[in-house]
Amino acid sequence: MSTTALINHYATNRATTASAWLKSWLLTVDHKRIAILYLISINVFFLLGGLAASAVRLELITPQGDMMSADMYNRMFTLHGVIMVFFFLIPGIPSVLGNFLIPLMIGARDLAFPKLNLLSWYLYMGGGIFALCAAVFGGVDTGWTFYTPFSTSYSNSNVVLTIAGAFVMGFSSILTGLNFIITIHKMRAPGLTWFRLPLFIWAHYATSLIQILATPVVAIALLLVMVERIWHVGVFDPAIGGDPVLYQHLFWFYSHPAVYIMILPAMGVISELIATFSRRRIFGYEFVAFSSIAIAILGFLVWGHHMYVSSQSVYSGLVFGFITMLVAIPSAIKVFNWTATLYKGSISYRTPMLYALGFIGLFIIGGLTGIFLSVVAVDIHVTDTYFVVAHFHYVMVGGTMMAYLGGIHYWWPKMTGRMYNEAWGAISALVVFVGFNLTFFPQFVMGYLGMPRRYHVYPQEFQIYHVMSTAGSTILGIGFMIPLVYLLLSLRYGRMAGDNPWNAPGLEWQTNSPPPTFNFETQPIVTEEAYAFQPE
Amino acid sequence: MATTPHEHGYNPALLHHFDTPGQQKEAATLGMWAFLVTEIMLFGGIFLAYMVYRWAYSGIWAAAAPHLNTPLATVNTVVLLVSSLTVALSVHAAEMGNKRQLVTLLLVTILLGATFLGIKFTEYGEKFAHCAGYANPVAWMTGGERLAEAECLVPGTNFLFPTEVASAAEGSADPVLVARPGMKTPHQLFFFLYFCATGLHAIHMIVGITVMSVIAWMARRNKFSPTYFTPVEIGGLYWHLIDIIWVFLFPLFYLV
Repeated sequence: MSTTALINHYATNRATTASAWLKSWLLTVDHKRIAILYLISINVFFLLGGLAASAVRLELITPQGDMMSADMYNRMFTLHGVIMVFFFLIPGIPSVLGNFLIPLMIGARDLAFPKLNLLSWYLYMGGGIFALCAAVFGGVDTGWTFYTPFSTSYSNSNVVLTIAGAFVMGFSSILTGLNFIITIHKMRAPGLTWFRLPLFIWAHYATSLIQILATPVVAIALLLVMVERIWHVGVFDPAIGGDPVLYQHLFWFYSHPAVYIMILPAMGVISELIATFSRRRIFGYEFVAFSSIAIAILGFLVWGHHMYVSSQSVYSGLVFGFITMLVAIPSAIKVFNWTATLYKGSISYRTPMLYALGFIGLFIIGGLTGIFLSVVAVDIHVTDTYFVVAHFHYVMVGGTMMAYLGGIHYWWPKMTGRMYNEAWGAISALVVFVGFNLTFFPQFVMGYLGMPRRYHVYPQEFQIYHVMSTAGSTILGIGFMIPLVYLLLSLRYGRMAGDNPWNAPGLEWQTNSPPPTFNFETQPIVTEEAYAFQPE
Repeated sequence: MATTPHEHGYNPALLHHFDTPGQQKEAATLGMWAFLVTEIMLFGGIFLAYMVYRWAYSGIWAAAAPHLNTPLATVNTVVLLVSSLTVALSVHAAEMGNKRQLVTLLLVTILLGATFLGIKFTEYGEKFAHCAGYANPVAWMTGGERLAEAECLVPGTNFLFPTEVASAAEGSADPVLVARPGMKTPHQLFFFLYFCATGLHAIHMIVGITVMSVIAWMARRNKFSPTYFTPVEIGGLYWHLIDIIWVFLFPLFYLV
């Protein structure tokens, strides 16, 4: 069989010299290696974004501006926002877990376009370097939303460089989404029908649809901002007839769906974790699958709820508000079905499960406050307050971040072949949960009481909430550091995990840990639905 | 049970991670269609901006559009439509395995694309020459004929729309401007969108020509056969999309 010769050629590219080793990583087209490249780079960006957040929280301990000027504070929260949104939350789960797992879960040897996959990583790094250069050369003070005409006419910071970073990273996102869609359509193993796919795959499919449909729109919007800022041609400048609100429409047409780019893959991860650790098929599988698609579609119709106070007509505000409430339906379908899966399940509280349960709790709070904010009257009252800040952190950090950590723990033995320390894992999950709530719950209260976002000085009465929030963020920071330590230690000292440490039925567990270059020794053939757990 | 890929003889075009050439071709084609969707969304942003501003300033749009060079753009439209025909024929030639015809048609396509760009840049050159005070790009280079009436239709600080001055003198300004005193005339928006949309299109043409050159080179090196000519096909899809976008840009800017 000529197969062996070819596979050997791929499998034996074991590097003997340092430069060959470097080449085997930087020029790899193996989706698993690219996922690891992403894992490392995304965590570095998360660390940087976290440092900026710490600076913001430190400054806010006292009502006066002690540590930094107003201008510096603007640059700091912008750095936090830009890095976290564009370089952690949006690529996070798809590029790391999706990249690693999609071919494994569908029984394929690789993604449909491996070279394109590598190109996505380079684009991601390119965009990241642009954004970091902007930070090093003095930062940017527009907030991560780059609103015109401030960003085009008035800001004296590195707007163009930062936007160029987001623009380039956008293409990485588009190519990843495109790759996933084609892979899921065309590379499934024999017998793996659509309704036998793990829900992780459904969620990533929905995410990828958003990535390829919405990202080009923000690309052109950001391009227009750059052109406007460099040549002052007037496209968003009211003095020459341009409309700054047009920018907001183009921006939110992407950036609202983008929050579903962050949360949908997280929901896919949670479905896997809940199923494995309750040893049950996800209750209402079809509904959970289609709710991902429904969220993706509805997500395109609600961008106006970011613009209730932007001179948008009240009537369009009401329509956008109504459609926003509709998003709650598929989201609730997921939460209820996960809960129903737990019922009479054989639950084991392992680290990934703790993260998953934490996700459900935090997502419920984040989601329900989202419904408050969809109501025009309430939203106008709390626009640009900490209420909004708390809401989106509950969804993005409480949702995406928890799922990311849970997923990393769950698939860590598959990615590395080693088990991490379970006790420390449980502790870290608990610390993150506590720290998170202490950080962001007081922000709901102070936001509702009128504390505006993006100010580094504030009235005395809000100090108690800010102190609580800063204390919480310190705990949260420690919670993020603990896994970093024991996961890295496990690479050397962890016990060997074996192929299927969780005794889970997914295809990714049917191959070695870590998987060989071509993923499977023989082509898997699927004969049963996803989550077909055998009684223990 | 293992239907591993390379059992039935070595196929240089079949990549290691696909099972069959059919699967590989379907993946490539679907991938290109998905990419074309992203391209439509990319241009969609500009079309939206066009719609918003044309709705707001319809009178200004009508006044500005005649300042574009419609005859040249008409020729360009014909050139591009013919190039679409040659691309379609080249796919057919690839299917028939007619290498000579395939290479010729691809080269004709590249030539037509280059012609389009040449004409396009003549148009741009004219606008820039006007800003420098010359009647046309040749005069600009040789220091020849000067422009009779000052005009600069390139967006930026020097922008000057000729009738803007005239209408202000007559006091018959656009009602939009009367309602918003202090605002400069938005004629610049039309020309900005024109440069932006056609410029982005021109960049896509350059990419298209590069892609077609690579495919022509591959065809010359006998990379294709009647069983494998996916690059010709998906390259053709891309070329057709660039064409279709121009078919929309032409009436939107030149035939207002």
